[in-house]
Amino acid sequence: MTRPATPPSAGEIELRLLMEAIYLRYSYDFRDYTGASQKRRVAHALTQFGLASISELQDRVLRDPAVFAQLLQFLTIPVSEMFRDPAYFLALRRQVLPVLETYPSIKIWIAGCSTGEEAYSMAIMLREEGLLQRAQIYATDINPVSLEKARQGIFPLEAVRGYTTNYQQSGGRRAFSDYYTAAYDAARFDPSLCADVIFADHSLATDSVFAETQLVSCRNVLIYFNRTLQDRALGLFHESLCHRGFLGLGSKESIDFSGYAARFDPLARAERIYRKAS
Amino acid sequence: MTDAVVPRLPPRAALARRRVEAVVIGASAGGVEALLTLLGGLPASWRLPVVVVVHLPEHRESLLARVFAQRLDVRVLEAADKAPVEPATVYFAPSSYHLSIERERFFSLSCEPPVLWSRPSIDVLMESAADAYGGALAGFLLTGANQDGAEGLLRIHQAGGFTAVQDPADAEVDTMPRAALGRHAPDAVLPLRGLRDLLVQLDPFHAD
Repeated sequence: MTRPATPPSAGEIELRLLMEAIYLRYSYDFRDYTGASQKRRVAHALTQFGLASISELQDRVLRDPAVFAQLLQFLTIPVSEMFRDPAYFLALRRQVLPVLETYPSIKIWIAGCSTGEEAYSMAIMLREEGLLQRAQIYATDINPVSLEKARQGIFPLEAVRGYTTNYQQSGGRRAFSDYYTAAYDAARFDPSLCADVIFADHSLATDSVFAETQLVSCRNVLIYFNRTLQDRALGLFHESLCHRGFLGLGSKESIDFSGYAARFDPLARAERIYRKAS
Repeated sequence: MTDAVVPRLPPRAALARRRVEAVVIGASAGGVEALLTLLGGLPASWRLPVVVVVHLPEHRESLLARVFAQRLDVRVLEAADKAPVEPATVYFAPSSYHLSIERERFFSLSCEPPVLWSRPSIDVLMESAADAYGGALAGFLLTGANQDGAEGLLRIHQAGGFTAVQDPADAEVDTMPRAALGRHAPDAVLPLRGLRDLLVQLDPFHAD
């Protein structure tokens, strides 16, 4: 990548220093996240905290872990939905699950699971294909608040109603409402769906591979990483995946600009499903 | 018409002194037609990157890059995450993601919540591009029924960049140009055909 044409502004230097401080103090590594989105999120946090500068925020973050815990909610993007991009799930159902079925036990890693919508989507699909019983899903994220929400499996009812169309377009075989009970304005998903899902803290920036898997689904996470960090994450996925394992990315993500372009073969190009090259 | 905006065009000498390295354009309601006029004037020898955000419904693939590729004389692409911003190319933002330009001059996408009900947001593109290009950026804001872009165009102006707004009287929907004019006095306020001539002048290769 070429060097920026102009020297960094005071705000950009402050932003970089804040990420360095967070890394040194709390071991959360946001230093290789892309700048534009990070700048917007920190600006948003400043407004919410009522602070005038990033330096002031850094001062408070360094001295008060509770402030960092709050800031973490701004730095990560808990935007997710169930069966997002139905064509992706349809391609998984038709092209990937029939292969996974040939394994005695199925291991799937959902990297950057946020509040769990994708883990529940995957579990529903596996159950409908008769594979949930022998599947182990690892759903990981760096945000403990998101992980706790994911474990609870309670989502806003209005949003869930909106997911029904996604579910149907993804090849869903039942009524979506079979999977949750509605109470007031919330939908609680059948806890048995995620009985074998391990929701765990894992950072693609600082942690290493923890299991061999046959499918890694990491969607709309890599867009927040610069190329260095993208390559680190793709390296973890490559290492975790078994021979000819599958990798699914977000609908506008691609490995074309990464160092791993040659190490995965496209399986369903439009749906961003790749297969580890042999 | 008491509130008529007098069309303004900067003198050629002022344009020639500028070193524009990239152009960003925002449009909403009526935007596709307006862009066909504006970008239809680009010659095959056009050299700058042009990055366009048009408001689109979420969860539907954008066809803009395909449609414009058939109609323009320059290369047209949908902006891809981490792809370098290349010269002589018109880029369209994909739907359902914000599009930014990083300081190192590559594209990045983001699923942050919509800004002013819009994703992609014109403000997000323009603010990030202003950080990346500083005074070497030109921003155009066209027809639209929303205030998106007014803040972004102001940021381009504050960073020393060139700003142009479609004459509200010429716009299919004048909310967006009027919102921009409410925030700052742009370098140019012109009907589409005037903006089209101006755009070509911004490429140092074509300025005469």
